[in-house]
Amino acid sequence: MAFKIIASQCTQCGACEFECPSGAIKFKGETYVIDPKKCTECEGTFETQQCASVCPVSKTCVPA
Amino acid sequence: MSAPMISLQGLSGTTVFDQSPARAKSGGCASSSCGSSAKPHEMDSAVWEKIKDHPCFSEEAHHYFARMHVAVAPACNIQCNYCNRKYDCANESRPGVVSERLTPDQALRKVIGVANEVPQLSVLGIAGPGDACYDWKNTKATFQRVAKEIGDIKLCISTNGLALPDRVAELAEMNVDHVTITINMVDPRIGAKIYPWIFYGNRRYTGVEAATILHERQMSGLEMLTARGILTKINSVMIPGVNDEHLIEVNKWVKERGAFLHNVMPLISDPAHGTHYGLSGQRGPKAMELKALQDRLEGGAKLMRHCRQCRADAVGLLGEDRGQEFTLDRLPDKVTYDASKRETYRAVVARERGDRLAAKSEALGMVKTAGSGKSLLVAVATKGGGRINEHFGHAKEFQVYEASPKGISFVGHRKVEQYCLGGRAEDKSLDGVISTLEGVDIVLCARIGNCPEDRLKEGGIRATEAYGYDYIETAIGALYAAEFGSEPLAATA
Repeated sequence: MAFKIIASQCTQCGACEFECPSGAIKFKGETYVIDPKKCTECEGTFETQQCASVCPVSKTCVPA
Repeated sequence: MSAPMISLQGLSGTTVFDQSPARAKSGGCASSSCGSSAKPHEMDSAVWEKIKDHPCFSEEAHHYFARMHVAVAPACNIQCNYCNRKYDCANESRPGVVSERLTPDQALRKVIGVANEVPQLSVLGIAGPGDACYDWKNTKATFQRVAKEIGDIKLCISTNGLALPDRVAELAEMNVDHVTITINMVDPRIGAKIYPWIFYGNRRYTGVEAATILHERQMSGLEMLTARGILTKINSVMIPGVNDEHLIEVNKWVKERGAFLHNVMPLISDPAHGTHYGLSGQRGPKAMELKALQDRLEGGAKLMRHCRQCRADAVGLLGEDRGQEFTLDRLPDKVTYDASKRETYRAVVARERGDRLAAKSEALGMVKTAGSGKSLLVAVATKGGGRINEHFGHAKEFQVYEASPKGISFVGHRKVEQYCLGGRAEDKSLDGVISTLEGVDIVLCARIGNCPEDRLKEGGIRATEAYGYDYIETAIGALYAAEFGSEPLAATA
């Protein structure tokens, strides 16, 4: 029930951070990280996972 | 400051500013029809006031004023086929490329650092990577902080337009009076070939549906800006076989909705950049194809021809990039804004551009009285100030002007590899310079050696330093009269 970010592909644009409805995404050190305890996969809030929908690089925000 | 003039040397040197324009006389052509695209008297005075110090909005201003971009808004809400978000290179010069992204606080430090060192600075822009209207929190924080410290700096943004309608009210509140929207289509079927997806209203859209939403938002954003008197420039990327013919339609639409300037830029497409177009072999237009399209658009929305497609962290006059001098590690930790250099510079420019306008008007008169039907293509080596003040071997680009019975007009710039590096002349790069200057009749520069002058002559291009340090138009006017005038006008005042 959580997503993760493939750090090596992330461009660090930060769009996922401000689209995440659960406040689960934070910039840590060199990359953005999804807190699995907070991530709801947007269930009940949006049809699609917001991080994956806005991410410019395909297959970078993926199910953990 | 004991010697304020020294700070102006980055532009063209004190001796240049102290020289009175030898050929400047008052009088000449008084008709408004003789002006080039940037002459103030052809333009509404309120509009001229807004653009006269903006190098990207005014062709005249680009000789005097500099802009800087801060990359504070990296997030984007659309994907374009000419953009690859993973690519980053210090040596590349093109839109979207940056070497460091900044927080609003870092951006403030950088803007003050540059303002203290680059007196020509007049504009702060946020132009990618990412979209300034979508990544709004960062854009707004940066503008507010900078405006508080440097009250007279002009703020401008570049946007894809998708989030624009939501931000127009705040842009107006913050006195952002220059906005650039990238509009590549008004037909969503064409848009679908340029934009693989958009993110809007919390979901991703693709295909014609995505392009339809983007198109509607772009048009409504443009109309809202026009209604508020915010000047809007439209950027269009010319993609051969995709939207090249269609840009004629785009030009009509944006003109009808109040766009002030239309900048048609060539697609930059290289497999090494990793963009969809680069990888799929979509070519960019040739220089002559771009010029042909721009010529066909004359009479529609006014065209911009001096765009350099600069980096998203460019600093300095158009055509030079000093961004690498002002990276964060080169800036002091604490900076305090010192307005003195910018103020001194503005006083010099006010005097200088008045002189130049008079000289230009005189020069246009010379071209007309020459009474020839011929046209002359002239390449100029300049480092700013509207003067011929660069050595041939030091030029990184030549500005190309056309003199014809219609007047003297700027037609574009041609980038070259510097021929003379560190005092050593490179024969190989001279070949490149000569081929880049193809079609040009004569090169005007401050200095040129005998050897390159002879080599140019073999390639059918004349070069002369006879007009060194003159105003560009003055020199071209005198040259044209000397070439074609039935009774050559004396070039001396």
